[in-house]
Amino acid sequence: MQVFDRTLVRRRRDRAASRMAGVAPVLEAAAERLLDRLDDTTRRFGHALEIGGRGAVAPALRARGVGHVVSMDLSARMAGGAGGLPLAADEEWLPFAPGSFDLVVANLSLHWVNDLPGALLQIRRAMAPDGLFLASLPALGTLQPLREALAAAETALRDGLSPRISPFPELRDGAALLQRAGFALPVADRETLPLRYRTPLALLHDLRAAGEGNAVLARDPRIPPRALFPMALAALRPDAQGTLPMPLEMLVLTGWAPGPDQPKPAPRGSANARLADALGTVEQPAGERPPPRH
Amino acid sequence: MSTMNPSDPTSAAPPGGPIDPRLLEILVCPVTKGPLRYDRERGELVSEQAGLAYPIRDGIPIMLPDEARRLGG
Repeated sequence: MQVFDRTLVRRRRDRAASRMAGVAPVLEAAAERLLDRLDDTTRRFGHALEIGGRGAVAPALRARGVGHVVSMDLSARMAGGAGGLPLAADEEWLPFAPGSFDLVVANLSLHWVNDLPGALLQIRRAMAPDGLFLASLPALGTLQPLREALAAAETALRDGLSPRISPFPELRDGAALLQRAGFALPVADRETLPLRYRTPLALLHDLRAAGEGNAVLARDPRIPPRALFPMALAALRPDAQGTLPMPLEMLVLTGWAPGPDQPKPAPRGSANARLADALGTVEQPAGERPPPRH
Repeated sequence: MSTMNPSDPTSAAPPGGPIDPRLLEILVCPVTKGPLRYDRERGELVSEQAGLAYPIRDGIPIMLPDEARRLGG
């Protein structure tokens, strides 16, 4: 299903390539949270691919001793400034031979992909056995105050509503996505980056600087009513501290390319102790209700 | 990495700029996942199976099917 206009995503990232400095602290903070997972493993990685890192990931990987980093982005200009060996490519059409990488990192970049299961499958195939895949995606809840303010303003000004903020995945989608793509030991968890903005305009500025303008195909092609953004932004009230809380909810995905030495679940029926014994309880046959306790 | 002087017609650098050999080792055609041939003269990565030639610009391979040149014939 086509949800996003990929050509528009590429144009937005091309345009944003020269303005990355403004939003770099946010991307770097998100990348740090994600790359913390690397410190949880004793594995050393030599060949990494980073997807859409925008200058926040490749240098951090080098600092952690990864020798060879390839930076891929839909936009060639963005890839050129990302810090690794640059190339322009599409997550939906990955150009890598099987087993090319032992580490793949995608920091806040997979949320503009139409076919996410397909992209994850291609990523897994480009990985060597026992390679690690780390990704963060903005999850449901991100930009929620902005989404609500825009919806309320648009409903007031026009009959109807058009998508102005990208649909984001939920936590429960995460592990299933990894499993479907054939990753072993899949984990999905959540991290919150507590961002605060002095003004609503500063938030919009950051989104644009990161190349995160709306690229939903179903977006309204008409020019928005002149009052839309002023009205929506006015509805975003600063809190008691005088700033606008706009937390970035990150869905963090961790998965391993299957390898021969990884822990695997034992085959069904291979247990040699009863679960009921271990729990110190009496086993009840299926369908039978336990006796009432008083 | 070699430097190239665009005003010097005898410059040995290929069009599109030099490409890192480590990238050439791992790149395949994004459409067919088949092998690519590096055409140094034109500065392109050619997928014979897909009939597409992917350009190299400023040393950056553009592995996007939309941006590739269709091979004639």
